[in-house]
Amino acid sequence: MLKFTEEHEWLKIEAGVATVGITEHAAGQLGDLVFVELPETGSTFAKGDSAATVESVKAASDVYCPLDGEIVEVNQAIVDDPSLVNSDPQGAAWFFKLKLANPSEADALLEEAAYKELVA
Amino acid sequence: MCEPARERQTWRPDLEQNPHLKHTPLHALHLSLGARMVPFAGYDMPVQYPDGVMKEHQHTRVAAGLFDVSHMGQVIVRPKSGKVEDAALALEKLVPVDVLGLGEGRQRYGLFTDAEGGILDDLMIANRGDHLFLVVNAACKDADFELLKAGLSDTCDVTMLDDRALIALQGPHAEAVLGELWADVSAMRFMDVAEADLHDVTCIISRSGYTGEDGFEISIPVASAVDVTQRLLEHPDVKPIGLGARDSLRLEAGLCLYGNDIDTTTTPVEGAIEWAMQKARRAGGAREGGFPGADRILGQLADGASRRRVGLRPEGRAPVRGGAKLFADAEGKTPVGQVTSGGFGPSVDGPVAMGYVDAGHTDVGTTLFAEVRGKYLPVAVAALPFVKQTYKR
Repeated sequence: MLKFTEEHEWLKIEAGVATVGITEHAAGQLGDLVFVELPETGSTFAKGDSAATVESVKAASDVYCPLDGEIVEVNQAIVDDPSLVNSDPQGAAWFFKLKLANPSEADALLEEAAYKELVA
Repeated sequence: MCEPARERQTWRPDLEQNPHLKHTPLHALHLSLGARMVPFAGYDMPVQYPDGVMKEHQHTRVAAGLFDVSHMGQVIVRPKSGKVEDAALALEKLVPVDVLGLGEGRQRYGLFTDAEGGILDDLMIANRGDHLFLVVNAACKDADFELLKAGLSDTCDVTMLDDRALIALQGPHAEAVLGELWADVSAMRFMDVAEADLHDVTCIISRSGYTGEDGFEISIPVASAVDVTQRLLEHPDVKPIGLGARDSLRLEAGLCLYGNDIDTTTTPVEGAIEWAMQKARRAGGAREGGFPGADRILGQLADGASRRRVGLRPEGRAPVRGGAKLFADAEGKTPVGQVTSGGFGPSVDGPVAMGYVDAGHTDVGTTLFAEVRGKYLPVAVAALPFVKQTYKR
């Protein structure tokens, strides 16, 4: 199940765990990324907390936690090569896996069609 | 993700509330080239083109980048006596620079100072034989114009040119590209200024720029600006470059951005740009002092300033941005300064920054700690520029 936030994160939810990344639209807006900072595995975040940071040549931006939960895995590949986020934002360049505190809250997030309309 | 507005933090956010953004004569050309536009100093300006900041930066360092800098102010100072020396002496009352000693066809970097020795703006000053030609920052140009009129109108006519565009062609191929239009360009040295016809349009060309690369700034009558610019862009070595790469290029070159690295709270000595003050204006010089803030500035030249602008190399990969506080210790207990410009240097392939540091912590190699998102990241005080300048002196 693919969900989206108005803050340009995508979530792929499987068995109560969301794989989270930033959308193609966001990656395009940010431009060439040069640095990614990811949260620590085991840390917990509330919806809306800044969970990661991405930096382009010109500016830093926050990646917000899309729902309450615990980080169970992070993607070291994008730390080693931030440009992956530009080349494959909705695939290989996922940011972290979040064990959702309340999986049903995902229902309130945007469906793909609604997100596409938002950024159109 | 944050709103795109935060992307603009590098571009003078104090000036970006104006909904009535001005357009340069090349605005439509930028749009046709697929530029992403942002507000900058009251203008709607290209921050990047489809290639993106990284490629634009690197293209400028290996070939030639073309920048629209038409938002900057171009000012003519014409002496009523007809003698350029009179204009030079009048301007010396506003800048701590040797203008009288500037030969015909030569240009130099200068600063407007205030009574406290703070910097009102930085500018380029060219001696055009019978007048001076100034280029000032977009955000300051109206204030500069008033300052010039108030200070010089007894002896000079001061005119802001609103009928000229200004472009910069920067990079190792700039001379060859321009040489196809005007062979004499190879005779120009760094900071020479000349008039030449490019595609039958009379332009004022200076061998200068703000990227650390060899290159040229070209003032073009508005009516021909699009045509001349388009023809330059047709050259296979030339690509349009936006404000994003302009900022990373000038930062790598260790050059100050007015409003970030220098402003009215910084003096030329604190800003480490006292090299812009020639001997004639310093203590014991032929025309010592006589500019606003001279007491303080000459005092700092003699005794040193309590803080200095330095280069900073973050040790990790994380960029350290303008505004980050600097500490002498890794716990953030002893503040020693602040970053004024910082980002990622594509040619350096790592983060680079500049900032102000208290005396005693300015030696190259000194380790300081920058506060970034609650952490204290080690940064080394570094020599400027971060990349070798390639000016044709």
